[in-house]
Amino acid sequence: MTAFLAASIFSEPALTALVAGAILAGAPLMFASLGELVSQRAGVLNIGLEGMMLIGAYAGFVAAYHGGNQWFGFGAGALAGAGVSLIMVFFCVRLGLDQIVVGIAITLTCEGAAALIFDAEFAESRPTLGATDRLAVPGLSEIPVVGGKGQSNGSIFTQPLVVYLGLGLAVLVAWMLRRTHMGLNVRAAGDAPAALDAAGVSVFATRSWAVLFAGAMAGIGGAFLSIVSAGLFQDTLVGGRGFIAIVLAMLARGRPLWAVLGSMLFGISLSIADWAQVANLHFGLPSSTFTDVVFMLPFVLVLVVLFVFGRRAYLPAALALPYERGSR
Amino acid sequence: MTETTAAAELREPPHPGEAARRPLRLGRVGDFLLRSILPLVLAVVTGAIVLAAIGVDPIDYYKDIYSGGIELSAWQDSVMRMAPLLLMAVGLIVVFRAGIWNLGMDGQFLLAGAVVAGLGPWIEPHVPNALNLVLMFLVAGAVGAAWTIPPALLKARYGLNEIITTLMMTFIGIDLAQILVKGPFQDPTTATPQTRSFDFTALLPSIPGTRIHGGILVALASAVVVWFLMSRTSFGLRLQVLGASARSARHMGLDVPRLIVVSFLVSGMFVGFAAAAEILGIWGYQRADWNPAFGLWVVPLVFLARLNALVVIPYVFLLSVVSIGGDYAAQNAGLTPRFTLLLVGLTLLFMALTEWVAGRAELGGSYLPRTSFRRRRRSEGSS
Repeated sequence: MTAFLAASIFSEPALTALVAGAILAGAPLMFASLGELVSQRAGVLNIGLEGMMLIGAYAGFVAAYHGGNQWFGFGAGALAGAGVSLIMVFFCVRLGLDQIVVGIAITLTCEGAAALIFDAEFAESRPTLGATDRLAVPGLSEIPVVGGKGQSNGSIFTQPLVVYLGLGLAVLVAWMLRRTHMGLNVRAAGDAPAALDAAGVSVFATRSWAVLFAGAMAGIGGAFLSIVSAGLFQDTLVGGRGFIAIVLAMLARGRPLWAVLGSMLFGISLSIADWAQVANLHFGLPSSTFTDVVFMLPFVLVLVVLFVFGRRAYLPAALALPYERGSR
Repeated sequence: MTETTAAAELREPPHPGEAARRPLRLGRVGDFLLRSILPLVLAVVTGAIVLAAIGVDPIDYYKDIYSGGIELSAWQDSVMRMAPLLLMAVGLIVVFRAGIWNLGMDGQFLLAGAVVAGLGPWIEPHVPNALNLVLMFLVAGAVGAAWTIPPALLKARYGLNEIITTLMMTFIGIDLAQILVKGPFQDPTTATPQTRSFDFTALLPSIPGTRIHGGILVALASAVVVWFLMSRTSFGLRLQVLGASARSARHMGLDVPRLIVVSFLVSGMFVGFAAAAEILGIWGYQRADWNPAFGLWVVPLVFLARLNALVVIPYVFLLSVVSIGGDYAAQNAGLTPRFTLLLVGLTLLFMALTEWVAGRAELGGSYLPRTSFRRRRRSEGSS
């Protein structure tokens, strides 16, 4: 019996499921936290991420359902997320209103609106989408465990193309923030907006683009949830992931690759729960309790780390502060 | 220069343009209408437009909210919904006065509820009912307060942003509540993941002549206590100084870290009370998947009431009516009850907008937090 258990836990399908589950659960967080990170570096704390993800999930679902193609879905998700973030641009960047108040308002409004519109449109039918095409990287997808060719959820080298695009984008954003003028402008908008203004660059424009980018990324993250992860839309689909992404972005201390790493770490902890369920391994706990334990472990870990290394926490100096030219 | 012109010059205001820049005064009534009523009106109107857009008659819908939340004995349900909301609002007022964001209320609420629903039925046969109820409120308050300690310490000691930490604590709290309900507190007689139930007679007694449980009295008393604390004691003044400017508070010689921790603890305690009122007044047990997510609902109300614990009471009643009546109206119209969220969110959005308009018209005295992030000024004072 024990030998059978050990064999099933470490069998190739079980390990593949673990890796695949981590990516599937981590990808939406990766998109959303990447957007949030850029927005935070530009000095705008976007608490409305949860709502933007939900609207993105809805728009992505509807577009993929009617358009019959996942790329319509991701495009529509990005547009819808960016559309919602226009509220943030207008209220917080343009008018300089409190970002947290507006963020909470956006989240609440979007939760209400998405549920209402979906209900009005699909109350009877409750449609679902088919499985998403996966791209098997030639050669690499033949490797056991990380290859995942022929597995239902794939693995590292067999994922929907959008996952690879997201990873590429993370690298691109990291490079841009570090090495380009545009990245310097974004960082200046968050750390010293007055200096950026004095240098002749518009703080308003820089922050607006950053917020729009965050909205679009949150929308893609939400669309990923409805199109790839679930294949359907529910008003509880996002379920707090937006807030998790905010936390991940803050903990990444402004570095995109850390946000990706955090998302994947979180994805692993979510997928360990599924994996343990498949392997029937609960360390003496009921299976659903084990899931809860695994789900909260990353946050417990992070809090312990914060207590130990608390002094090293970093946030942009002008985060959540509206910029007003000439004010001291 | 003759003497008369010199005198006229003296009487001249020091800045000639001042008359033109004199702020517009609306008076108390106008100010109240603009800031506290207009956002609600705008939200209701926008909500009506949204309803009409999806083909629901908004007038009928709002009528249903009224009849489902007020008429017959429905107002009693609304008053019962008030109890947890008011207690949470009161808890929020304490931290907001200090300029601190406690966004972890849902975790504090569910964890306190789980402990009450888990321990209560177990203690209940051994002690008199009244003692048990008091004990349960104290336990809930202690649990809610305890859950704010990590964010409070991290903020007090390292200045770590409390939004991240309270959000993380809320995730942990929600999971821990589920673990407790499914694990040690699980009712052995059922397969449903829920705690054992209180005996019906051991719950909060109703106010005579109504179905309303006594939790609302606790909530109203708490509102009065917090109002007194905030407006009539030095503690309230100290919190207000801290909220206005942490630097000034430090210059005044206030023990800022201690104030942060205390305001967090008091806030968490009231959130714990809210959970106790809901469990002991309405449910009598807690299910693992139960999460009313009241936390974000009360945020706009607290601002509309300008952080005044007495003024917030009618707003909380209004929200309760919209929430209870909204369920009924949604059912009638075949819609999701989450329309209520839309109204609350829109209220908050319009409130921010009217505040901006008021700021533009130089009405002064905004009640919105200036910012929860302290501006880090260099010693040169250049930025």
